[in-house]
Amino acid sequence: MVLLQRPHILLLLIGTHQFLQCWIAFGSVNEEGQKQEEFSEELLLKPFPDHKLLAHFHFQSSATPSTSNGCHHHLFPKAISQLVQKFRVKEMELSFTQGRWNYESWGGFDPISSSNAKPPGVELWAVFDVPQHHIDASWKNLTHTLSGLFCASINFLESTATYSTPEWSFPPASGNVRYGTLPCEAVCTENLTPWLKLLPCRDKAGIALLLDRPSLYRGFYHSQRLHLTSTESSSEGIDSGIILEQTLTVVLQPNSERAIEVHASEKHIQPSWSLSSIFGKQVSGRCVLAKSSSVYLLLDRGLVAELKFPNKENGKSAANGLTSENFWSNPSFELSANPDRIFLEESSSHSKSLSILYMFQVEKYSESEPFDIGLMWKVPVAWLCQQTPLHASRFFMGNGNERGAIAISLKSTQFTEGFMSANSKDGSCELRVEVFQVVPWYVKVYFHSLRVFVDQQPRAVSDIIEKIHVSPSKDKMSPGVMEVVLKLPCRVNTAALTVEFDKGFLRIDEYPPDANQGFDIPSAIISFPNFHASMVFLEDDSLNKSPLLSKFQEKCPVMSYTEVLLVPLTTPDFSMPYNVITITCTVFALYFGSLLNVLQRRVAEEERFLKAKAAKKTGRLPLLLSKLSAKLRGRRREPLHSPPSSSSFINSKLVLKVILVAGLALGWQYVFS
Amino acid sequence: MAETKEKSLSDEKPKPRVRPIVRLGIFFISHSFLVSVVCCTAGVLALFLLPVLAKNTYISENALMPGSASPMLSNQHVSDGNRLVKDLTNPNSKSSETGIESHKIIAQYMLDLGAEVSFHKFHPQMNQFHPLHFFSSPDSGKIQENYSCSSYGINTVGIIRAPRGDGKEAIVLVTPYNALKSGFGEALSLGIAYSVFSLLTQVTWLAKDIIWLVADSQYGEYAAVAAWLREYQTPKFSSLSTPNAEMCPDVNNLFELKGHSISGSKFSNSFRRAGTMAAALVLKVRDQNEQFEDTISIYAEASNGQMPNLDLINVVNYLAVHRQGLRVNVEKLWSLLNSSWLKTLGEIFESLAKVAKILYPKWKFGITATEYVEGTATLASSLYYQALGVPTGPHGAFRDYQVDAITLEISPKFSLDKVWRNDILLRGGRLIEGVIRSVNNLLEKFHQSFFLYLLTSPSKFVSVGVYMIAFALLIAPLPMVAASLYVAANSSSNCSKGDSSTPSAITDTDENCIAIRSWRWLNSAKLVFIVHLWGAIVSLLPYFISQIPDCSPTTSFMIWVLLSILSLLTLNSVLASPLACAKATQEKEWALVKSVTISSVFIGLGLMSVINFATAEIGALLMVPMCLLARPLKLDVRAGTLRSFCRMICNLVLGHIAFPPAAFFLLKGMLDGFGNANVGDFWMWVESLWAWNSATYLFIGMVQLPCWVLCVSILFHTC
Repeated sequence: MVLLQRPHILLLLIGTHQFLQCWIAFGSVNEEGQKQEEFSEELLLKPFPDHKLLAHFHFQSSATPSTSNGCHHHLFPKAISQLVQKFRVKEMELSFTQGRWNYESWGGFDPISSSNAKPPGVELWAVFDVPQHHIDASWKNLTHTLSGLFCASINFLESTATYSTPEWSFPPASGNVRYGTLPCEAVCTENLTPWLKLLPCRDKAGIALLLDRPSLYRGFYHSQRLHLTSTESSSEGIDSGIILEQTLTVVLQPNSERAIEVHASEKHIQPSWSLSSIFGKQVSGRCVLAKSSSVYLLLDRGLVAELKFPNKENGKSAANGLTSENFWSNPSFELSANPDRIFLEESSSHSKSLSILYMFQVEKYSESEPFDIGLMWKVPVAWLCQQTPLHASRFFMGNGNERGAIAISLKSTQFTEGFMSANSKDGSCELRVEVFQVVPWYVKVYFHSLRVFVDQQPRAVSDIIEKIHVSPSKDKMSPGVMEVVLKLPCRVNTAALTVEFDKGFLRIDEYPPDANQGFDIPSAIISFPNFHASMVFLEDDSLNKSPLLSKFQEKCPVMSYTEVLLVPLTTPDFSMPYNVITITCTVFALYFGSLLNVLQRRVAEEERFLKAKAAKKTGRLPLLLSKLSAKLRGRRREPLHSPPSSSSFINSKLVLKVILVAGLALGWQYVFS
Repeated sequence: MAETKEKSLSDEKPKPRVRPIVRLGIFFISHSFLVSVVCCTAGVLALFLLPVLAKNTYISENALMPGSASPMLSNQHVSDGNRLVKDLTNPNSKSSETGIESHKIIAQYMLDLGAEVSFHKFHPQMNQFHPLHFFSSPDSGKIQENYSCSSYGINTVGIIRAPRGDGKEAIVLVTPYNALKSGFGEALSLGIAYSVFSLLTQVTWLAKDIIWLVADSQYGEYAAVAAWLREYQTPKFSSLSTPNAEMCPDVNNLFELKGHSISGSKFSNSFRRAGTMAAALVLKVRDQNEQFEDTISIYAEASNGQMPNLDLINVVNYLAVHRQGLRVNVEKLWSLLNSSWLKTLGEIFESLAKVAKILYPKWKFGITATEYVEGTATLASSLYYQALGVPTGPHGAFRDYQVDAITLEISPKFSLDKVWRNDILLRGGRLIEGVIRSVNNLLEKFHQSFFLYLLTSPSKFVSVGVYMIAFALLIAPLPMVAASLYVAANSSSNCSKGDSSTPSAITDTDENCIAIRSWRWLNSAKLVFIVHLWGAIVSLLPYFISQIPDCSPTTSFMIWVLLSILSLLTLNSVLASPLACAKATQEKEWALVKSVTISSVFIGLGLMSVINFATAEIGALLMVPMCLLARPLKLDVRAGTLRSFCRMICNLVLGHIAFPPAAFFLLKGMLDGFGNANVGDFWMWVESLWAWNSATYLFIGMVQLPCWVLCVSILFHTC
């Protein structure tokens, strides 16, 4: 037994040794990785002028370059890192959105709306780091992977007719971008759950605990977004691994039940809210894996200007003095918790007033003392969010099932006026607008019919358009893409862009099951390269920078999406195939029947037969039958010398008999029922 | 008759065999008289049977689910609506001359609900005769000059965005409102719409945006709605008139609406849009009413007899009857209700149905005589309004853009107490809410149910498959009679020997003769063509006559008649060559003319049945007997038998009735009494037809009138 056991022990020893070695090695990597593999959770709350509240969850995890630790991760979701490695994704963004971002009352000129306001449905774009001819294959695989990962029909983006290749207008301008949208994708909790699975604490701890499904989906807008950047395989020296940014933007109506009862007098006071009242939950401490966990409350520029903080002039000093009483106990509102820090925005070029950011550290709170923040309004306040320079809307023109036109109309907002007056000093002032529009192939756009109107005057296209790139659609192959840079005068009031189109026909198997609903045309992207939505907050320690705030500081151009359009196409009667089959079969039967008839017939013999029959002089009924058959065969002759009365007599007699029998039967029925 | 006789011996030389289908055709052609009598009788009978054959309506689209949710409109919303009614009927609000005050009140109410509000200024567009615009789509290209500041209307538009919707589709609710002289009914309709609107701002189930259009009806309800739709669907980006209108001080005054501070961004004077329109409801409340119970009338006919999807009517009918206890009404020809002959016909059908039920219990097609009379009256009005081709309400404007729309007119039993008003607000509001909720449920646009139908009661309809039969039976004899006439005329002229009409008889005659004879029809075709050309000229004449300033309808009509006769004579003298009037060919000339006329009428009716079925049906009722019976009076006089005498009488009567103005006056007299008939009325009627781009006008001018002229010329043919 001993002898027998020894090798086992030996094996065990060797095994443990190896395991220990491995463990030690792993531990060392782990120690190294701890520096870089990070996770942070943040929540930003922002009241809107129309009594609604924005909640913006921001989770960011970053992974080390794959070379340093193989394929093992602590915090970073493995599915994502595998996906990045497999398909060589350089940058990717996937968003699921329900509802519309209201650019007029929720603003469009801040980092949140500019990068988180997304078109309804699914939007996906990705930049690949593979040779040109492999990109399409990678894209197809990526769509299938994501489709499985997020329980959505992203795989429909696989066909070449649904995605496009923006040349330069799309933000990460490079030739390797693929862009696709599914405007009619329904977004619900089955998409959120896999998204939450990517978080290290899921929704079991930390800020994600607030993600109560009923209250989320009761909101007016919600958009879950997944953005990842990988510098892993880039040829540049900097190797920061993968950064995965998961955001969930929700617009909620605080205590909407009470709003019904509230009457005109109280209607204009903003509703008070707290985290527990809008989400029905509280945060009981942070996710232990998170490096930082904080909640922010943002009062935007317009609101701050309305509130008239007492010492607005020396804001900088107040920001340095952190918990300056003046900033959070204002006569017009009251916060239920003391903010840990207060940030003031650095002076921005576009606006006079500055926004204020209150920061709350979740670390301090625990199960026994859960974190809850509330805002009580005391006086009615009204303000306007900062809007995009031009408000864009898109609509269809024309009627009928044959042709129409797409119009994109741009209207200046009140913001532009202020900006323009500031900028118009330096002579030639121009407002650049980029339009990126993808049109499915069955809407056959005639790009030559592009017309531009500025301030209700038709203008030559060459005057207004600085740069244009058009790739016409190919039937069933690729969508039409239009990228235009408009150069508008600064004092423009309205501008409009129209393109005419013909509605195409689809094959019967190309129609979706709900063809009569119409077909969606994805949103156009309107961006303003002259304007950058960024918020720079004064911070004292740059080391402990929050990912959300650093995101705010990035200079990204102001972007907005237009509405999704619904184009009704002609739909066939879907029972048509059945009718076609029936008719075809009938025609075939007739054709072959008559053909066989002709081939079979022996004319001479038939005539002989008929003659013989006539000679026999049969009874009346057979005679009639033979006559009928002769009639049907077309062998009728001119009745030159036959007595006319005989046949008619027979006929009428027979008819009389039939009528008599039928009458008897009816009478019988009538009498006995 | 020769064809039915069958030869018993078959020992003749074999002849080229004819296909059965051709034989059948020859059979019908040779029996064309019998066939046409049978078919026409059957056609008219089938028309009268339609009320019996009508089926009960059913909701075809499952997604609609009407009435499955309990109404949410509460007394709170009703009192909101009442508040608006009070404010609008308040004499203070009417102080302003242009009625801007009441528009401001409405806009303010909308803003308070959190809706997006905008005003839409429009200049009423006069309906004009455009000869070439009959079937073209409504266009925006008409730039009109001479806009004065005083003549504009203001539509107030409020839009609720569906909180979780994607904004691709919208439902439109229209309430016509004349701010200058609004009756209580209009204010009440606004109250109903407002109470629904205030509910819809709070509900969570909304998937489509809601547009509430308060159409300024001082220039007509239709004009306001059409102007708004034109701006919605085909806007003009380069406009010359708008800056002009901005100059007007009153307009700018309008936009100084002092919204509360929160609604600052919600109000804009630019045009606002939502997505593709799924359906539209026009809501009206009638001022006076003699009814004893609350009724709701549905108007559905749009231009050229287009109807909204039957499902829309079904939903309204279902909700009104089964949920809100309102009586639903469809337009009827009231004069038919008391006619005794219809009653007897109904009784005959009833007793027949009884007998049939005894014979076979599963045959249940019987309806009572009163039901039959009502069904016929409704069917007749349904046919009449479709045939007229003029929309019966503002909903017609929507149909031009392929949007299903109906007008609902609530006529409450009139009393002034508050309880009654609240009741009608509640019930009307709940009805509208239910309909909107049903349409909101729709995933696809209306497509399941019928678009081609005639209503015989709000809950009964005749689908295209059934009513087509009557028309098909009516026009079926036309080609046969034409063919038989042609054959007869060809074979029985001087070259031929007997009266045998089969082609075989011709074979042994002179080749030359055949060549001449077989081309003789071209002569008649030329005549028919000339008359049709004249018809086209006559239909174009009103365009020029309407340019004459200060012309009363009677004089216009007289000028029209004079010009028409003049042009007919001119055309006849210029184009009708006298060469063809050789004595030999003259004899059967009328038969050839009749044959060609009948073919052209057949083509015309066939085409018209595709464009507007009801017009074709009524036209067929008038024209088919006239065409079939037409025969030179001289021949009949010469014959002198009873049969020819009857035919002569029929011809004379039909010749009078089928003349379009005569038919019009007869119809008008039957409906309103003959007392106030005026010659100018016909001109007015025609004017309204072309103003609404009705294809009926073209039909009368280019099919019926030429046909009548040809038939009359046959009647007075000198042979």
